[in-house]
Amino acid sequence: MNAAPLLEVTGLAKVFRNGVTALHDVNLSVAAGSFLSILGPSGCGKSTLLRLIADLTPPSAGTIQWSAARGSIGFVFQEPTLMPWASVWDNVYLPLRLTGVAKEQARPRIDATLGAVGLDAFADTYPRELSGGMKMRVSIARALVTEPSLLLLDEPFAALDEITRFKLNEDLLKLWQRHHWTVIFVTHSVFESVFLSDRIVVMTRRPGRIVADVPIALPFPRDEALRTAPDYSAYCRQLSQTLAEASA
Amino acid sequence: MSARIVAPALVGIVMLALWEALVRFNEIPPYILPGPILIAQTMLRDGPSLMGSLWVTLRITLAALALAVVLGGAIAILFAQSRLLELSFFPYAVILQVTPIVAIAPLIIIWVNDTFASLLICAWIVAFFPVVANTTLGLNSADRNLVALFRLYNASRWQVLRHLRLPSALPYFMAGVRISGGLALIGAVVAEFVAGTGGSSTGLASRILESGYRLEIPRLFAALFLLSLAGILIFAVLSWISNALLSHWHESALPDED
Repeated sequence: MNAAPLLEVTGLAKVFRNGVTALHDVNLSVAAGSFLSILGPSGCGKSTLLRLIADLTPPSAGTIQWSAARGSIGFVFQEPTLMPWASVWDNVYLPLRLTGVAKEQARPRIDATLGAVGLDAFADTYPRELSGGMKMRVSIARALVTEPSLLLLDEPFAALDEITRFKLNEDLLKLWQRHHWTVIFVTHSVFESVFLSDRIVVMTRRPGRIVADVPIALPFPRDEALRTAPDYSAYCRQLSQTLAEASA
Repeated sequence: MSARIVAPALVGIVMLALWEALVRFNEIPPYILPGPILIAQTMLRDGPSLMGSLWVTLRITLAALALAVVLGGAIAILFAQSRLLELSFFPYAVILQVTPIVAIAPLIIIWVNDTFASLLICAWIVAFFPVVANTTLGLNSADRNLVALFRLYNASRWQVLRHLRLPSALPYFMAGVRISGGLALIGAVVAEFVAGTGGSSTGLASRILESGYRLEIPRLFAALFLLSLAGILIFAVLSWISNALLSHWHESALPDED
C-alpha cells in the first residue's frame, strides 16, 4: 500500500462504436507489487478496463499513466486461449518467440515457469489432452514467462470447478508472494477476491464506475484455513453487501 | 477387417452381380449396356492404351491442382492482408467460379495455342475457388483473444500470419484442397471434351467421345471406370495428407474415442 503507484488511471471512459458506454470516469491508482481485485457484476466493464490497461483497445477519454516505462504485461483470458496446434512447451514459448528470443536461450526460463505452475511433466502434451484446470495453468505460465511487471487476469477461473479453482487460487498466491509482480484480477466472485487480494475495488453495472475501494488487511501467506476464519467471513459479508448495492 | 471396408465392398459386389444378371437375362446388346465382365475383359485388352490416355488427363489434373493450391493459397493470403483487397477482388473470383467452364473453354482454347496450357487453364479455373474461399475463411477465423495476445506482445504482421493465421487456416485449407482435387479432374475432363477429338489431345475424355461415336460402349465404360478410380485415388491421397497434418490437434482428424 505504501509503495509508489505503478500506474495511474484518470478519468477513463470507454464508449463502444455501437454507442454503449462501458466505462465512465474511472479513477484508479495501482500500487506496485499489490494484488488488486476488480469486483463487479457481469457486464460492468471490468474486462474492458483490463483491455484498456493492456492497450488492446483505445480509451474514449482519460489517461493511463505509467510511473516508469510501460513494462511487459502478462494477460490471462477467461478461456485458456491456447494454440491447439502447438505443444504446451511451444504455447509457453510464444511470448518469447514473438519478442525474438531464440529457442535454446528461452529453454531454461520456460522449463522453470512450467515447473512453477506444476506442468513439468506435460511440456510435450497438446492442449486437447489437458483438463480445464491444466489448460489454465498453461495460460498462466505463458503470461508469466516474460517476467511481467504487471499481470492482468480476466476472470481466469470462472469456468472451473470449485476444487480446481481453490487450488489454482492458492498456487497463484504462492507465485505472487515469491515474485511480487503487480496483479490486477477481475472477478465476480466475492470469496475469490477476498481470498486473493490486498485491495478490492467494486464497480457498478454499466456504465461502469468504481463505487468502493476496500483494503483487505488479512495477513499473508494465506491458505485453506483462511476460508473459514471469522475476519475472512466479515470481509466477504461487507463486500457482498457492497456488490449487491452496486448491482441494484 | 472393419465394417468400413467390408460393408461398401459387399454393396459393390451385389450391385455388380445384379448388373450382370440384368444384362444377361434381358439380352441387352453390349452397344447399349455391357455387363461388368465384358467391361473387365475390355479393360484387360485395351488397358495399356487407356492407361496412356489416363496419364495425359492425370497430368493436366495434377498440374491444375498444384496451381490451385499454390495460387489459391497465395490469393487467400493476399485477401487476408487487406479487407479492401478482399472486398475488391473476391466478387471476381466468384464470377470466374460460377461461369460454366464449358462456356469459356472454347475461348481459352482459341486464345492459347498450346493444348496442354489451355486445358490446364480450364481445369485450374474450375479447381482454384474452393482453396481461395476456404483458406480466406480460415485465415480470418483465428481466435480473437489469441489475436489480442499477439498484439500485446507487439507481434509483426508476418509473425501473426506465420504463427497464428496460417496454422488456424490449415484445416480449412485442407478441406478446400480435397474439394479442388475432384474439381481439377472434372475440369480437365470437361476441357478435353470441348477441345474435342481433333487429334491434338488423347486424354481419357477424348477416348470416351471416340468410343461413343464408334459405339464401342464397353471401352467407354472401361475409360469411365479408370476416371472414377483416378478421382477416388486423388481424394484418398489428399484425405491421408490432411489427416497426417492435423492428426495431433484438430477435431476432424482425431481418432475415435472408444
